[in-house]
Amino acid sequence: MYSHLLPEFVVERREDRCIRCRACERQCPNGVHVYDSDLDTMFSLEENCVGCQRCAVICPTNALSVRHHPAEYRKNSSWTRDRFQNLKKQAETGGVVLTGSGNDKSYRIYWDHLVLNASQVTNPSIDPLREPMELKTFIGRKPDTLKINMEDGEPRVESELHPNLELETPIVFSAMSYGAISYRAYKSLARAAKESGTLFNTGEGGLPAEMRAEFGSNAVVQCASGRFGVDKDYLNSAAMLEIKIGQGAKPGIGGHLPGEKVAEHIAVTRMIPRGTDALSPAPQHDIYSIEDLSMLIYALKEATNYEKPVSVKVAAVHNVAAIASGIVRAGADIVAIDGLRGGTGAAPLATRDNVGIPMELALAAVDKRLRDEGIRNKCSILAASGIRCSSDVIKAIALGADAVYIGTAALVAMGCTLCQKCYTGKCAWGICTQDPYLVKRLNPEISTQRLVNLLSGWSHEIKEMLGGMGINAVESLRGNREHLRGIGLQEWELNTLGVKGAGE
Amino acid sequence: MGKIQVKPEVCIGCHLCEIWCQVAHSKSKNIIKTFLYEKTIPMSRVVVEENLPLTFPMQCRHCQEPDCVSACISGALIKDSASGKVIHDPSKCVGCFSCVMACPYGNIFVNEKTREIVKCDLCEGLDEPYCVSHCPNEALVYVSDD
Repeated sequence: MYSHLLPEFVVERREDRCIRCRACERQCPNGVHVYDSDLDTMFSLEENCVGCQRCAVICPTNALSVRHHPAEYRKNSSWTRDRFQNLKKQAETGGVVLTGSGNDKSYRIYWDHLVLNASQVTNPSIDPLREPMELKTFIGRKPDTLKINMEDGEPRVESELHPNLELETPIVFSAMSYGAISYRAYKSLARAAKESGTLFNTGEGGLPAEMRAEFGSNAVVQCASGRFGVDKDYLNSAAMLEIKIGQGAKPGIGGHLPGEKVAEHIAVTRMIPRGTDALSPAPQHDIYSIEDLSMLIYALKEATNYEKPVSVKVAAVHNVAAIASGIVRAGADIVAIDGLRGGTGAAPLATRDNVGIPMELALAAVDKRLRDEGIRNKCSILAASGIRCSSDVIKAIALGADAVYIGTAALVAMGCTLCQKCYTGKCAWGICTQDPYLVKRLNPEISTQRLVNLLSGWSHEIKEMLGGMGINAVESLRGNREHLRGIGLQEWELNTLGVKGAGE
Repeated sequence: MGKIQVKPEVCIGCHLCEIWCQVAHSKSKNIIKTFLYEKTIPMSRVVVEENLPLTFPMQCRHCQEPDCVSACISGALIKDSASGKVIHDPSKCVGCFSCVMACPYGNIFVNEKTREIVKCDLCEGLDEPYCVSHCPNEALVYVSDD
């Protein structure tokens, strides 16, 4: 069938700079650049271009620019270019339009409508370079009251304490499974988490046996609907367990890792035959109620001798506050909320772009509900999706999060440019692929360093902003919405967020 | 003297080491000028060997007991005892290419036009070998002896 699709990108090559080194040709996994030796010329097959910018970055003379293709349909507010292209693609294939990464639609980003406070005159600001500033965060269930007895002059905690994890910074790498991303990308996250004193999340793809001794103490291991790679050793090797109910990018639907990606080592780790599709069902088939969830939570706690906190991850949906309350009452120590802009390796476009609610609203609603019910101390809240910078982190904490999950930001640090083609398995940056030629592009030394730098850079910025507010520990900011003001928000939005408008 | 260490596990096969080697041995040391404006483009002293997915660059290993030096009939190739480098002196070279045949790595190259050999000189006179400093994935590392 002759395609009616317009090219998405145009490749511009400056002839006064191109030296025909052919690096672009070798680096493009989509065959966009082709060298013709008869003419000593580079040709561009633009219809194949996904706009990943690998060629533009690798070009030693900066001869390449990849831009949106100027070809336009007649202007139409209803029928945008995306709608045209997706419909035509569907008419040509008859399938579901797939995509990768997070929601890219123009839903309101509440981070950009919230501003932070700073100390002036009546209370002093703090210089984090001269005075101590604490980012240390403990996640897990806290006791209802703290009873302390003095014995022989020594204080002793009488209250029953629950397992808690100590994070050096309130930023955790979110769930990205081995199989979806390459071994090197996965291990880079693990190494960076260990080096920075935080956690990485295995996703639902298991934790390779050889990594357990070294990285287990920084691992969050998931128990998802496919139950890939779950056994007693897997659970016990980790610092924290997570039951994955939903994912922000695709609430209500399962996952599908194509068989071509299930190479030997991935198959062993996931405990499935090599080359078979790894299908995660939409629901957990043993969870149809809060009571069922409770049974799984306690089964996991039993399997790990009540030594590890158990998290339940849900996508942010309409009644998320009530759901979170149920999760806490079911016995979870941590509630992870994944919002509308959460990423994915593959999701139907229609689901990714239209299902779920923004995390900012969900987070504020959950925090408020748990406080109102007097059970906020029984869990920590991990907020996920759409965290792009340190100020997003600090605003999330002020809205009530204990810590945040970052996924997309971590991938971008390693090289990702959000071309949204993760599901093709041809990631030009060597992240979301198992192709042995492409995975070499991720040098684990470099990518680990980039991730460590990201965490340390953000942590410095968070300290600066905390200091500006006159706060010397991130604990003091948690749920402190007095430090936030809304700009350009309507009353219902301010009410849901629980913040005042700027100037109030 | 140090050595250029190759890490095939992170070599991405872009061949930019070859390009920057040519720049390093050009008059201007400017990449665009070298390829688009200079009269003669120097040959690369490094070659990326490929058997996909495997790729790795190879250049003169500056061997402890270099076969090329033993094979040289005119004393144009010497093993410099002070620096440890295998050095080629074009003024003494007669173009017999015995060294080309003797090199077990195939890292001495023939310039067909001038009938001269070229080989890696570890970027004599530059701060760091260009192939190392310009590798986009740090697949080439200069390991100093001291």
